[in-house]
Amino acid sequence: MTVMIEVAALSKSYVLHTQGGVEIPVFAGAALSVGTGECVTLHGPSGAGKSTLLRCLYGNCKPDAGAIRVRHEGAAVDIASAAPRVVLEVRKRTLGYVSQFLRAIPRVPALDVVAEPLRALGVDAEAARTRAGELLARLRIPERMWHLAPATFSGGEQQRVNIARGFAARHPILLLDEPTASLDARNRAVVIDLIGQAKDEGAALVGVFHDDEVREAVSTRIHSMQG
Amino acid sequence: MTPLLRVSGLTRMYGGRVGCKDVSFELWPGEVMGIVGESGSGKTTLLGCLSARLDPSSGTVEYDTREDGLTDIHALSEPRRRMLMRTDWGIVHQNPRDGLRMGVSAGANVGERLMAVGARHYGAIRAQAGEWLRKVEIDAERIDDLPLTFSGGMLQRLQIARNLVTHPRLIFMDEPTGGLDVSVQARLLDLLRRLVTDLGLAAVVVTHDLAVARLLAHRLMVMRRGEVVETGLTDQVLDDPHHPYTQLLVSSVLQP
Repeated sequence: MTVMIEVAALSKSYVLHTQGGVEIPVFAGAALSVGTGECVTLHGPSGAGKSTLLRCLYGNCKPDAGAIRVRHEGAAVDIASAAPRVVLEVRKRTLGYVSQFLRAIPRVPALDVVAEPLRALGVDAEAARTRAGELLARLRIPERMWHLAPATFSGGEQQRVNIARGFAARHPILLLDEPTASLDARNRAVVIDLIGQAKDEGAALVGVFHDDEVREAVSTRIHSMQG
Repeated sequence: MTPLLRVSGLTRMYGGRVGCKDVSFELWPGEVMGIVGESGSGKTTLLGCLSARLDPSSGTVEYDTREDGLTDIHALSEPRRRMLMRTDWGIVHQNPRDGLRMGVSAGANVGERLMAVGARHYGAIRAQAGEWLRKVEIDAERIDDLPLTFSGGMLQRLQIARNLVTHPRLIFMDEPTGGLDVSVQARLLDLLRRLVTDLGLAAVVVTHDLAVARLLAHRLMVMRRGEVVETGLTDQVLDDPHHPYTQLLVSSVLQP
């Protein structure tokens, strides 16, 4: 097993300047290590900082102190201090993120939304669309919707398009922020399958899952966080 | 690897008033940087200095020229600066009328840029102009029409075609979607996003619209009263803003 993520002495607080400068500490001195083929679940009460930690790993949240070393193309990159263009490069090739919310782009059809991460890697349009179609079919998005822009889809459909997009590029690291929230049982089972497959292929996964059944099905280890 | 643009300590004063103050950053090939901030924060002044249309009071703007590598553009001779503007750069103005010649046809507006860099074959120029009109989704039948007969959204797309036809490496955009209604904006944004990605363009985009910044820019610079108060990856600056002013900007946006 190769260590893919190494978090050391990570601290994060939010300072709300528009609300009198209130400081909300989230976590301090956090440590976490995740290797290939593992799915580590962040577990703890609401407000313990699970989503904030995931977002820090993705470079979407800026920690106050500490390091987030990610293995990118064989070398360590500290997401906490890397330049924006380096973080974007790591996201393109190494770091995937699956959340329940799709940020729909006007006019871009669902099939292209899903294929985009592959296109960014230089995969040709035909192969990228084939992979995108397979994922959409697995997640039960009817083929007649593939060529429509997801802005008009229902919440659940948009969520599944976003999940397909997250799994499309087979990133070596996948961050999962409640991907199964509000999915029905059949689609939940598909996501559990996709996670299992990513693990088998050697991806390192970190996730937050509120659903006990999903958590038990996918976790190789629980990382407990206290608020 | 060399940055395309290196800005160091750039300051521009208007008499005793600050236009922009002590701005430093590097822009890399293929990178799109957004400059956000409210009206009067110095965004357009900075863009003017970056694109050599305004002289800075102090500081330097170096551009990676094909002949000499990083060169201070404000120290270049006027002919070389003009050549750079025609070959390497594009400037998309907020008001397309500032970037187009309203008295000549749409095709000529696009073809003119090609002629400025040495194209002479009429048929080839017309064919390329037609091709670019198609890329920006303007009906080929309109090639001989005057821009005066175009809608605001079409004018903006024509201005983009005029700028991109010569394959610039760097493009400056000042509020490219300002003044357009939302459905027209969406179309333009999708088009810009695709062209920038397909052509591997670097761009500096000034906007006060955070949604536009999120869609187009890889990284952001937040300006207030002429100074840069926060920089970073676009989604990080918008989702986890640190400076009080950025927090105010982000929290002031109305959700539709």
